[in-house]
Amino acid sequence: MANVLHIVVCAGIVPDPLQTLEPITGPNGPGLKNEMVLPAVLDPWAASALYEAANLAAKNPGSKLWLVSLGPKAKLQQVMMTVAQKAGFELVPVDGPIGGFPDAHSTAAVLAEAIEAIPGLDRAKLLLFGGWESATRGAGVTLQLVGERLGITDQFQGVDQIDLRDDGSFEVLERVEGGKHQASVCAGTPAVLGWATGNLAEPRNNPQIGMANMRTIMPALAKAKAAKLEANGLHYVSVSLPKQQRTTRVVKDLTPDEIASELVEWIGAK
Amino acid sequence: METILVLTHADETGSTLTRASLEAVTAGLELAARLSASLTIGIVAADATGSAGTLASTGVRLLAVSGEAFAQARYASDAAAAEALCRASQATIVIAPGSSRFTRIAAGVAHRLGGFIDTHITALGGTDAVEATRWFYRQRVEAVLSRDARPWFLLLDAGTHAAFAGAPATAQVENVAVQLPEMRTTVSGLRSPSQGAQTIRPDAKLLLVAGAGWTKKQPDGQVHASEAGELILGFLQATGASLGSSKSLVDQGGEGEPVLPFLTHMNQIGQTGATPRHAKGLSTCCHGEEPHVVGWRFISDRRAISLDPNCGWSRGKADVVYIADAFQVMAKVNSLLDAKKA
Repeated sequence: MANVLHIVVCAGIVPDPLQTLEPITGPNGPGLKNEMVLPAVLDPWAASALYEAANLAAKNPGSKLWLVSLGPKAKLQQVMMTVAQKAGFELVPVDGPIGGFPDAHSTAAVLAEAIEAIPGLDRAKLLLFGGWESATRGAGVTLQLVGERLGITDQFQGVDQIDLRDDGSFEVLERVEGGKHQASVCAGTPAVLGWATGNLAEPRNNPQIGMANMRTIMPALAKAKAAKLEANGLHYVSVSLPKQQRTTRVVKDLTPDEIASELVEWIGAK
Repeated sequence: METILVLTHADETGSTLTRASLEAVTAGLELAARLSASLTIGIVAADATGSAGTLASTGVRLLAVSGEAFAQARYASDAAAAEALCRASQATIVIAPGSSRFTRIAAGVAHRLGGFIDTHITALGGTDAVEATRWFYRQRVEAVLSRDARPWFLLLDAGTHAAFAGAPATAQVENVAVQLPEMRTTVSGLRSPSQGAQTIRPDAKLLLVAGAGWTKKQPDGQVHASEAGELILGFLQATGASLGSSKSLVDQGGEGEPVLPFLTHMNQIGQTGATPRHAKGLSTCCHGEEPHVVGWRFISDRRAISLDPNCGWSRGKADVVYIADAFQVMAKVNSLLDAKKA
């Protein structure tokens, strides 16, 4: 028997990983040089959460999927042109700053408020999804804070798998130390799941899904509320690129035997 | 004046503190000494007696939450335990290991106490104020930050401090009572996702990184994925190294291309994977673009084998780059290691 789920995925937008990042300090604190013109993508681990959520919703008819995202409207629109072709969802955009330096507690407060205001969301059926860490701040705390604000005390982080059972309970595999998973069984919704990679490949772009999504995404972006993020007493003393530059020895003229001998000595060296 | 609490937890035995917890104890002792602050250590364990004995020589106040409910890592029980320890200590600064167990709950506990949290801390410094160092954008930008607000939770990355090692003795422990909420989650146990050999070894001195080149066509025009797998596993067995992988190699499994069957997303390092800490790292068949380099940020001594003399590793990121065929080199390395062992 299928379970009706209300899945909310929290996902930010981040600079494309191949971009060169240069930190700068402005009047509002640290940021990235040319941040607004850097090509952006959906946060990778949050994207895994979105694909897993779409898969779960598809397997459970009657389920609903929302994507809650905080970022500058223009950047959100740009990223959604691609993301909207991957899975069917309803976008809940919040117009706010981009980047990793704003305080996670403020971000969580804004996201929780946006989720509480979603019309028709049944919090008893809620699965709150997101990435277990972002590719910007990478703190791995925002989703937990949103969960606490929503009163959800069954939380899982580093999730790679969820298996929903007929009775509404589900088994979760979370990453723990030593390359292992911790398996847990939760009695049912509501719960928070911070996703790692999951098991699904990135869906191919489907223009039909994209067109259906964009009918609701564009009006939602137009109506997106602006959010200001509080600093909460957070000060940045310094923000810099790592200075470490190594003097690399490029070895081109050794045979495999000679290289192997050198490597074995290196491996065994104290 | 600051009041510092170090939160610790036991490992799967239920009574021995994890190495990461002992590293947090060292950080707490150092910070307390520098700030002339009072220090308390909190323990979450099924049986806190053994753990407390390990900490007896610190001479600080020890608090414990213990019982069967705390034998396993679970949000509802662990968060309640940590919250109770924080309230009992009235800490203004809470230091904890960035373990999976505490990473799961620390933000929620900070919120319950009206506090704030910063994670992945790699260093604690400052003269008058506490300043914490951490990385942003997946280890690509480093920042030093401080906070006025309290309580301030700081989760330390593993390997950033020496583990506390004091002489075991009998310790005085204050047990803290916890009002547990309804438990809706049951922990079943641990599972290894790897097929066959366990290839992720966080305590290994050496990290071997396998790139997508291992499953590409070789000079004979054929793919040699099974040979690659044997070479890699042979090397891991001979050296006790941990195995990391590039995203592209792991992703091939989902794209129907030749795969190394023992690789999972758990092996992935870099922009979308882990950034492990090992003394040495050897990269094979892996190009040196920035997302991969991120995974090497905390590897001290780095070498690479690459066919491409213009590989990113040649530009100041590795200590040595060997321009050679990794299949040939690794076969010779394994032979030498076998001979050495014999």
